[in-house]
Amino acid sequence: MAAEQGNVDPMHQFSIEPLFGTDHWQIAGHNIAFTNSALWMAITTVVLWLFMLGGMKRALVPGRWQMAVESMTGFVDNLLAANVGPAGKKYVPYIFSLFMFILFANILGLLPLGLLGIHPFTATSHFTVTGVLAIMSFSIVLIVGFWRHGLHFFSLFVPHGTPVWLLWLIPVIELISFLVRPFSLALRLFVAMMAGHVLLEVLSSFVISSTNSGVLWAGVVGIPSFVLMVAICALEILVAGIQAYVFALLTSLYLNDAENLH
Amino acid sequence: MDATAAKLIGAGLAAIGAGIAAIGVGNVFGSFLESALRNPGAADGQQGRLFIGFAAAELLGLLSFVVAMILIFVAK
Repeated sequence: MAAEQGNVDPMHQFSIEPLFGTDHWQIAGHNIAFTNSALWMAITTVVLWLFMLGGMKRALVPGRWQMAVESMTGFVDNLLAANVGPAGKKYVPYIFSLFMFILFANILGLLPLGLLGIHPFTATSHFTVTGVLAIMSFSIVLIVGFWRHGLHFFSLFVPHGTPVWLLWLIPVIELISFLVRPFSLALRLFVAMMAGHVLLEVLSSFVISSTNSGVLWAGVVGIPSFVLMVAICALEILVAGIQAYVFALLTSLYLNDAENLH
Repeated sequence: MDATAAKLIGAGLAAIGAGIAAIGVGNVFGSFLESALRNPGAADGQQGRLFIGFAAAELLGLLSFVVAMILIFVAK
C-alpha cells in the first residue's frame, strides 16, 4: 500500500550524526566527532551571545532590545532573591546561563527551519546533555554545602522537629530524596522535550498517511491532525519556557538548601 | 502471547500513568486558581510553589512515558 510507505519514524529526529571528524578524533578510545548535537549547542551559544551583546549597551533609557535582556536578568535576579535570599546574589550568573541556555536550546529546536531544508536538533532532548547540566547543579550544591557548613551539612537530612523515635527512618528517606535530585532534574527536561517532539512527529505522520490515501481521509483525519499540530506547537513553546524555568527554580531551591540548610 | 505483543501492551498500559499525571497537573493549577481568586493579592507570591507542585506532578507522568519508551525501544 502506498500509505504504508509514507511512515514516519518518530525517533529518527533524535539520532546523533557526526558531521565531520569521525576518523581519528579520539580521546581515550572515545570518539569526539563534531555531531549535529554539538553544532546546535554551538548555535545556541552564539545566538545567546548575540542576544546578550545587543542588550548590553547600558543606555540610560533602554531600547526594546535592552529591555528584553534586562527583563530576563531581572527575572532570574528576582527568582534567586525570593528563593535563596541575599546569599543568592552570587549565583545569578550561573542560574542565568543555565536558564537562558536551556530556553534558547528548547526554542531553537522548535523553529520551523525544516521548510528551508535545515533540520533543527533539540540538544536538550538528550539525557547526556541534560544530565551534565543536572550534575553541574548538583555538584555546585554539594561543594557550596560542604564549603560553608562542613560536616554540619549532613543536618540537612534531619529536618527540624524530627521525633527521636523516627531518627532511624527520616534521614534515610531524606538521603534518597537528595540523591534522586540530579536524576529527576535531568529526566524532567529531557523527557518533556522528547515527548513533545515525538507527538508532533506522530501527528505529522497522520497528516501524511491520510493525505496519501485520498481526499476523504485527508478531510476526516488529515486536517484535524494538522490543526492539532498547530495547537501543540503553541503548547510546546509554553513547555519550552516552563521547563527552563522549572530547571532554574529547582536548582535555586537546592542552592537554598546548601546555603541556609533547612 | 509473544514478547513483542506483551511489550506493546505494557507500553500502552504505561500511558495510563500519563493520563493520571494529567489529573494531578490539572489539580495543581485548579487548586491554585481557586485560591488565587479568593485572595488575588497573595497569588503572585505563590507562583514559585505553584511551579514546584507542577514539576513534581509532571515528573511522575513523564516517568510513565520513560517506561513506555524503555519497553518499546530498549527491552529485549
